[in-house]
Amino acid sequence: MQTFNEPMIHAQGVTKYYGPMVGCKDVSFDLWPGEVMGIVGESGSGKSTLLRCLSGRLDPTSGSVSYRSDEFGDVDVHDCSETVRRKLLRTELGVVHQNPRDGLRLGVTAGANLGERLMSVGARHYGNIRKEAAKWLGEVEIDADRIDHFPRTFSGGMQQRLQIACNLITSPRIVFMDEPTGGLDVSVQARLLDLLRNLVSRLGLSVILVTHDLAVARLLAHRLMVMKSGEVVESGLTDQVLDDPQHPYTQLLVSSILQA
Amino acid sequence: MTYQEDLMPGKSDATDNDAGYNYGYLNEQTKRMIRRAILKAVAIPGYQVPFAGREMPMPYGWGTGGIQLSACLLGPNDVFKVIDQGADDTTNAVSIRKFFARVTGVETTEKTGEATVIQTRHRIPEAPLQEDQIMVYQVPIPEPLRWVEPRESETRKMHALEEYGVMHVQLYEDIARHGRIATNFMYPVKVDGRYIMCPSPIPKFDNPKLDMSPALHLFGAGREKRIYAVPPYTDVKSLDFEDHPFQVESWDACCGLCGARDSYLDEVILNDEGERMFVCSDTDYCSSRRAQGNFGPMAGREDVAELMGESPQTA
Repeated sequence: MQTFNEPMIHAQGVTKYYGPMVGCKDVSFDLWPGEVMGIVGESGSGKSTLLRCLSGRLDPTSGSVSYRSDEFGDVDVHDCSETVRRKLLRTELGVVHQNPRDGLRLGVTAGANLGERLMSVGARHYGNIRKEAAKWLGEVEIDADRIDHFPRTFSGGMQQRLQIACNLITSPRIVFMDEPTGGLDVSVQARLLDLLRNLVSRLGLSVILVTHDLAVARLLAHRLMVMKSGEVVESGLTDQVLDDPQHPYTQLLVSSILQA
Repeated sequence: MTYQEDLMPGKSDATDNDAGYNYGYLNEQTKRMIRRAILKAVAIPGYQVPFAGREMPMPYGWGTGGIQLSACLLGPNDVFKVIDQGADDTTNAVSIRKFFARVTGVETTEKTGEATVIQTRHRIPEAPLQEDQIMVYQVPIPEPLRWVEPRESETRKMHALEEYGVMHVQLYEDIARHGRIATNFMYPVKVDGRYIMCPSPIPKFDNPKLDMSPALHLFGAGREKRIYAVPPYTDVKSLDFEDHPFQVESWDACCGLCGARDSYLDEVILNDEGERMFVCSDTDYCSSRRAQGNFGPMAGREDVAELMGESPQTA
């Protein structure tokens, strides 16, 4: 059924104005199955606005975003019923927030956080839900005996990994990540990146990754879009963009990385 | 108003109700507004209908939602019963019964079978309900999703889109922590295969009585200003897991006074030597069983005679 000659996401002229202010302007691209696309740029350049438009949580001023969904076929995210949009967000899409506390329920245990997405798509067998939750804790390298602990007792890195597991548990096909490594120390970041790279390639996920950290983008992304003041100033293969930046802003961005 | 006269034939000759108040305490416009909300609630089983709740002469939390419903329902020919945690003789029950005796002049009773309207705080009577009876519940928190989602805008959306997966998170937590579903009251139910509903804080023992009940069940939340309903013969299913099915409480003992094993029992501590007993929470059920000659193991004891009290005088 799965064909690889059609894009997973087709974005056409996505534009968002906040009053007279530009959030993002005329962004078009295709995302292919199994592809990781990085969106880089300085803070305030419209990365998160674009991500929110793409994941259907924010209505763009103009332009369209469509997914190729298993269940619903081609779906225009901003022109479908809210039922479909929210169903997609629970099943075929995943959103990893920069702050794990936005994506987790802090009042319930890790196991319940993991189980929630399963239960929301109809799982009603406690034993199976628990087994699946334990399996995914293992996947993101969290000790299985922390399944009944509250996320607030977890370290920042563990919370982030838990959030990622919560998204992947229903095997989504597209994952949106907003600065997944923000606020983590370097060694934790490295392990998280390693983990993400493994999961992404093993599960064949399509990922849109927003980051301001070019090192993260280089490690994870196949393709890059560079944004400045709401507009895409350059896009291309990651190595190409980072090794031979064409646009002055990209050149500035690349040259501002400290050389190790 | 002719409307009022139509509704209450024989008002003029009836009664000893307090002429200083409108019949049923609320004014006619308010009653009409609440009756509309009731009709809507009955039409959409389990859906919480907002209504313009009025201030009642008692604090929120004492049953302001319930008495607004009762005030709109009671006609001169009704027979009214009030129970509080199953008992007819506790303060809350006695005051509400007195209140309606005064403002409507209706006949009051303690017999479940004789009542046409039963206002209740947190119990459903043990005696089976009948088709012409209306149960009125006092509800503190009508929103079953409140525990997992504090935003009202979001819970309404979840109801509208039938996004109820998260309700099971609460049950999951119970099993993870206690090894079983430990929620014992306010146990969420699904009404008519559509809306998840909070059955007010009745013990889960009473949940099965809602299912396919011949009576009409109305729920009123005064502070939260919501009315919802379970119409007669409606499917009401308690939520559960396949491997942890819904179960009601059970007791090792029987009622110490009437020997009942099929009713909801309260534990009563008798003295400081660790003596305790279990008694029917439904006082009417217990006393009618005793009247039929059923006695429990402690029925003869003098020190518990107070519990058997000759049924308290009618207000």
